[in-house]
Amino acid sequence: MTEWIAFIVTKYNYWAYISLMMIGLFAMIAKKNLIKKIIGMGIFQTAIILFFISIGAKKGATLPILYHGHAHGDAAVRAAAYINPLPHVLMLTAIVVSVATLGVALSLAVKIFQRYDTLEEDQINLTKYPFRRNVPENKEE
Amino acid sequence: MIWQFDLIILSLVVICAVAAISVKDLLGAAILFGAYSFMMCLLWAVMGAVDVAFTEASVGAGVSTVLFVAAVFRTTRRTTD
Repeated sequence: MTEWIAFIVTKYNYWAYISLMMIGLFAMIAKKNLIKKIIGMGIFQTAIILFFISIGAKKGATLPILYHGHAHGDAAVRAAAYINPLPHVLMLTAIVVSVATLGVALSLAVKIFQRYDTLEEDQINLTKYPFRRNVPENKEE
Repeated sequence: MIWQFDLIILSLVVICAVAAISVKDLLGAAILFGAYSFMMCLLWAVMGAVDVAFTEASVGAGVSTVLFVAAVFRTTRRTTD
């Protein structure tokens, strides 16, 4: 029993990551507003990034910069004294990708608002302006 | 990692996330999402991932908030959920 409590308490980063991920998933599924859905997508992405950074974190370790450089003799590098930098590099890429998807999603939301005059997905009137290709814009740009 | 900082910042992150998806004003939601990104950036700085932290502070909190505010000003602030 006590080892279960210790197992739950010591992994608090992972519980926060799971709760953040569920908050983002709930916002993407249940919210009607498109901007709220996009915010939920951002929360989901940062939750995954938090999970990967938590994997790389280490107790009592320092930043992955070599204390003994090449000019200071041939000191052996103790890998246990440094934080694992591989998840950091992967998550840098993920942050850049997330801002790109955010820009595309927001521009699509702006175009939907310009055509249907609403951002709520249950008020979009598809019978009034049906989705067709090459349809002329009936609003002034 | 200092676990007191970790617990405080993690609870602030969850509070900011819940507030950002439950507030009725879209501009307020965008600003709360920026605050969420800054809290997440603090959390990563505590964990030792400084490169990820300042990329998130510039890209995630800066550029994303600017994009959200621009999109909200081009559309509408009101929402029902």
